Amino acid sequence: MPRVTTHRLLSSLMNVSTATSAKCFALILPYFACGSRKVRRRYQLKASSDNVLTGSHYLDGNHAAAEGAIAAGCKFFAGYPITPSTEIAERVSRRFPLIGGIFIQMEDELASMGAILGASWGGVKSMSCTSGPGFSLMMENFGLGIMLETPCVLVNVQRGGPSTGLPTLPGQADMMQARWGSHGDYEVIALAPVSPQESFELAIHAFNLSEKYRMPILIMTDECVGHMTEKVVIPPPEEIELVERRYTDKPAGKAWPFELTDDLISPMLPVGKGYKFHITGLTHDERGYPIINAEAQEKNVRRLIDKVNKHVDEIIWIEEKDVEDADIVIMAYGISARVMQPAITKARKEGIKVGQIKMVTVWPFPEKRVRELADKVKALIMVEMNYGQVFLELDRCAAGKCRTYLAGHAGGTVHDPENIYNTIKEAAK
Amino acid sequence: MSIQVERPAEEKHPKEKLLRMDRIPHIWCPTCGLGTTVTAMASALEQLELDLNNVAVVSGIGCTGRVAGYMKLDSFHTTHGRAIPFALGLQIARPDMKVIVFSGDGDLISIGGNHFIHTARRNVDITVICVNNFIYAMTGGQVAPTTPITARTATSPFGNYEHPFNLPLLAASSGAVYVARWTALHIRRLTTAIKEAITKKGFSFVEVVAPCSTLYARLNKLGTGLDLMRFYHDNSVIKHGADVREVDVDYQSKIVVGKFLDIEKPTYIDCVNDGNKRVFGDKYKPYGGNHGDN
Repeated sequence: MPRVTTHRLLSSLMNVSTATSAKCFALILPYFACGSRKVRRRYQLKASSDNVLTGSHYLDGNHAAAEGAIAAGCKFFAGYPITPSTEIAERVSRRFPLIGGIFIQMEDELASMGAILGASWGGVKSMSCTSGPGFSLMMENFGLGIMLETPCVLVNVQRGGPSTGLPTLPGQADMMQARWGSHGDYEVIALAPVSPQESFELAIHAFNLSEKYRMPILIMTDECVGHMTEKVVIPPPEEIELVERRYTDKPAGKAWPFELTDDLISPMLPVGKGYKFHITGLTHDERGYPIINAEAQEKNVRRLIDKVNKHVDEIIWIEEKDVEDADIVIMAYGISARVMQPAITKARKEGIKVGQIKMVTVWPFPEKRVRELADKVKALIMVEMNYGQVFLELDRCAAGKCRTYLAGHAGGTVHDPENIYNTIKEAAK
Repeated sequence: MSIQVERPAEEKHPKEKLLRMDRIPHIWCPTCGLGTTVTAMASALEQLELDLNNVAVVSGIGCTGRVAGYMKLDSFHTTHGRAIPFALGLQIARPDMKVIVFSGDGDLISIGGNHFIHTARRNVDITVICVNNFIYAMTGGQVAPTTPITARTATSPFGNYEHPFNLPLLAASSGAVYVARWTALHIRRLTTAIKEAITKKGFSFVEVVAPCSTLYARLNKLGTGLDLMRFYHDNSVIKHGADVREVDVDYQSKIVVGKFLDIEKPTYIDCVNDGNKRVFGDKYKPYGGNHGDN
């Protein structure tokens, strides 16, 4: 089931045949991680092209995310130093001069987020990275990005919070902020890599999603994945498929920046081509003109929400293992999806039928799948480094049909697998 | 009492080419200084004979923040205080375009103050036009970092006690290469200043002292918008090249106007390109945006 989902996802993103996307899947998504990594295919090492450092590397998750962004064609990066995300900015600042990109260290995170929106409207793929406190500062302009429907990618290398919290230690407690952090009502797409390899791949995927759905995409990684160094295999450039920006094919005077289309994703208008369009963070109509009333609000906000909801089956990417006959299904994302492996192995050895779901996309939440499972299993468990954020969604979708458990803690370290095992044992009672 | 004026059907707005006529009438109050300021900007663009496809306007939030919505150019109405970083990203992505930030004193200098000084420091090639009405007008007339000492506002009901910013000094000391100040009365001089600012390579700054008759004038019993224009007429002192340390605006006193600074300095992108060429030689792939090839 997960494989099929992924193929469909890639096909829909790249408008290529399922066969091609299957090949692509094998190449750019070479494994289903969850602890035991298997590179299914040996890559041919060859000279790097301009942007893509094809070959095997020993990289941490942050450097790998930077390479993914570069491979995806990112040419503008604005950021502000903050532990534990800074290595992304550092890598980009070293790499960009040789590939025609520009890195700018802004005065703060508010400016970083604003600058990547401006650059994106200038026609350049753009990105920023940050961590907890910086993520808070970016939230207002993140909302502008949602409202202006601006493709760009933002990486949050999560650390312990609240406030300054634990700058050098991992956390996963910004997940609800990712979902609701900017004021107002909207939908987001958030990805969570489990390894440096996935940091590379999901950076590319995030850029593809941002262009496809014309919105900012969040990569909600964490300090552990960000600073974990592992083998990262970068495929040759011709095997990395990219989604390019869709611009209107209508002439100036007939095209509007938020034109209503069947798929609810409006083609963008290019700057400097005589469209002389207007866009605003105010509630607006399809022309981009501000309209200050409830009717316009309904249309505008409804479309921002429906744009994601209508495509939720294409967007959601979860990887399931041993779920079909499971009594208990354990769900996790990011580093927690790896840390739970010993606990699952131990429980299964004892005969407890535990299945697992790794959430590559955390938002939108796989509501439909969780509702199906809640009808079939005895218990659902969420493993995350917080005291119940994505768990709340799990619990909501379970709707009392099965028991729900949170294996959570306040962050600062990854889970002790023993504690996850104890939660499984309790769920199995 | 309203006066109906008969207009011939074929009569067109003189600035029609540069205004979104489908959004006129605008929301600004009668005698607001924004009308003449936008006219000066439109005249400047006409006189420069630029390719208008290659001019973009970025605004923040507030009365002046609405300028982007009325100018018939690629125009961006962003968040409060963040027009400059948005413009920076746009300009770096499209170095061939003229990017003009048009916003108010509260937006650019209070909430956006950090972006203002840092973008001036980098000498990013944008033009910033700051309409200074000494007050937060859109929200009902609260005290601003430009409000002169003793002036009354909705949140300084007993008179402002704080020292205000001297905007030309702030811009010049932060690194701007062009700094001018005019009032909304000096339409032709303001037009010339905006032309020079747009033409200038680097961070250029024009302060426009403008009347807010609905709030600033009413709260301070200064009369009508016309009275304020008369005040500018009687109290503006033109001093080109004046020392920016001496151009503070005090409450209802002389306003020093003119072109204070016009110097040459490499822009942000020039510095990046030169620096990288020194380091990488022929290997350096200069960043030039996509030059409209999208």
